Amino acid sequence: MLYAGIDIGSRTVKLIVLENEKIIVNRKAETSFDPLAIAKELLNGVNYNKIIATGYGRHLFSKNYNCEVVSEIKAFGIGVHSLYPECSTILDIGGQDIKAINLLPNGKMGKFEMNDKCSAGTGRFLEIMAMALGSKLDEFGNLALSAETPEHINSMCTVFAESEVISLLSRGAKREEVALGIHQAVVSRYLLMLQRVLVTTGELIFVGGVALNNAVVRLLEEKLRRKVIIPEIPQMYGALGSALCTIRK
Amino acid sequence: MSEQYRSMWAALGLDLETHDTLLTAVGEQYQSIFLSQKNRPKKMNYFDFVISEIHGLRIKELIDAQTERRKIIGSFCVFVPEELILAVDGISIGLCAGAEFGFDEAEKYLPRNTCSLIKSFFGFKLKKVCPYMESCDLIVGEATCDGKKKAYEIFDTLTDNLYIMDMPQRKTDEGRQLLFYEYSKLLTTLEELSGKKITAVKLKESIEIVNKKRQAVTRLNKLRAENPSPISGLDALLIQQIYFYDDPIRYTDSVNALCDELEEKIKENKINESSEKVRLLLSGCPMAIPNWKLPSIIEKGDAVIVGEESCIGERGIRNLVESLGETVEELLHNVVDRYFKINCAIFTPNTARLDDIRNMVNKYNADGVIHYNLQFCQPYQIESGVIENKLEAELIPVLRLDTDYSMEDVGQIQTRIEAFVERVKG
Repeated sequence: MLYAGIDIGSRTVKLIVLENEKIIVNRKAETSFDPLAIAKELLNGVNYNKIIATGYGRHLFSKNYNCEVVSEIKAFGIGVHSLYPECSTILDIGGQDIKAINLLPNGKMGKFEMNDKCSAGTGRFLEIMAMALGSKLDEFGNLALSAETPEHINSMCTVFAESEVISLLSRGAKREEVALGIHQAVVSRYLLMLQRVLVTTGELIFVGGVALNNAVVRLLEEKLRRKVIIPEIPQMYGALGSALCTIRK
Repeated sequence: MSEQYRSMWAALGLDLETHDTLLTAVGEQYQSIFLSQKNRPKKMNYFDFVISEIHGLRIKELIDAQTERRKIIGSFCVFVPEELILAVDGISIGLCAGAEFGFDEAEKYLPRNTCSLIKSFFGFKLKKVCPYMESCDLIVGEATCDGKKKAYEIFDTLTDNLYIMDMPQRKTDEGRQLLFYEYSKLLTTLEELSGKKITAVKLKESIEIVNKKRQAVTRLNKLRAENPSPISGLDALLIQQIYFYDDPIRYTDSVNALCDELEEKIKENKINESSEKVRLLLSGCPMAIPNWKLPSIIEKGDAVIVGEESCIGERGIRNLVESLGETVEELLHNVVDRYFKINCAIFTPNTARLDDIRNMVNKYNADGVIHYNLQFCQPYQIESGVIENKLEAELIPVLRLDTDYSMEDVGQIQTRIEAFVERVKG
């Protein structure tokens, strides 16, 4: 039996197909403005018996493909727990959402927090800041880590932070120091949310696109004084979790 | 709504075209949210009718009452005692607004960071689309939260019939004295406005009318403890919203008739609903008509709302006024006693509210609590953090939602609610 899970996020669509609980298909594409079309492309040539959709585009997909949906919170919980059974907290930072999820010892969802009516600290925020500093997104973390001291960023609004960055640069601030300031600012935001769900026991797993940013990871570990685990392919756990949900049904 | 009302609305100074837009929007929402529900109790037809005539027949009743020298008294808060209004043969109308309408206009006077409820009634006033507001002989504003207090200062420049009632901040003897003083002052004001003196007999009658209204809604809410609940949260909320502006006696009869139908159905096991739905208690800020955003999202999924802790809800109708008393002063003290018990977040401290929520969770067999915060409402937002921590520690799942009247966060709210329902299901 082939079990599929598709995670239609704000920036990327992820597809996982499982056979005998092994990943046999693992695909990702940028969402663009037509998530259904991208989903269709990803599914091209892919076989499956059952599929469940998650992510912000899940209802759109489920109506077109007549399948069930699961929230990305539950999907990430199940996905991460399947490969990291000691996980007690998940920090998931994607394109437009920041989520902190507490997992109970049996892998079930406990409390969760999501960013409310604000995009500060999201993947999109970091993208815009990287652009303002003339950095490629995948080099942004390194840029920040190359600085000795941070240039402090006050604003947490995406739009105003961009203005602040530009005025700092025009006053001669060093690019890498501004980059470090930005990373410190977003990490303090993540910590606020984590504080409400973090438990001392178990593992803290960091997933979502922003988990690929090494500066964020380093700063989190420094502030929390504990190990932050970045699984391989941190963006795939929503799709994996959805696929696992099809088996459990 | 028909041509017959256009001249009535014009006479009230409404902007007819803009008013049409509002009515059309509300009508469409009502159709898609309420009338699409399956297996609705038959006796909901009275409330459907009230909504279909929301700016029609009821307004006509108010205007007809005014020709009989009865006064229309508008208010925004459950601390304004309907009993005193009825005791001068007046009509009490809740003006709390629940639509994102006229916000551009409102934001010319108020900062963007003002709660939607306040911006909404400003918007209604500035856009001239509320016949209730325009029919009022007196509008009672109350010094509750900062937002309202300061907004009324500006509202006072937009209308010439605003009366501000001060409110205590603490549940102390001094606080109660202040409430008694304010209610006495309001009583005198109502007498002067109406030209009628309040008698003990009349006040007692009024107390009994409002008590019966509360008892009818309490009776309805009790039935929601059943599994499955015989009525949707949407319909129960609607009924509690209509509480604030319908004729009290007719409303009471209609709610009781609905209860008769539901009790019958329960007895005969004829409630055609799933008993597997997750049962949720709504707590926090009120949802004023036509704010149906959150319950409609919740009940689309696998959940049912089995109670509302907010003031458009049980907080507003809990407790009766003691009707034993010989003099107006005695009865007024009874009124004060009852209203002083309301556990609104404008009081400090307000720890009894946690008990109210917990009691409701138990009473209605709720699986979890959704704490609804209007963005920028500090009193409830601040309380919600403490409430969440305490209830979670007692293993009662809580979801806090900060939102407003806009449609922009519907997707995110849906995700959170779906995740919360999944969490509660286990």
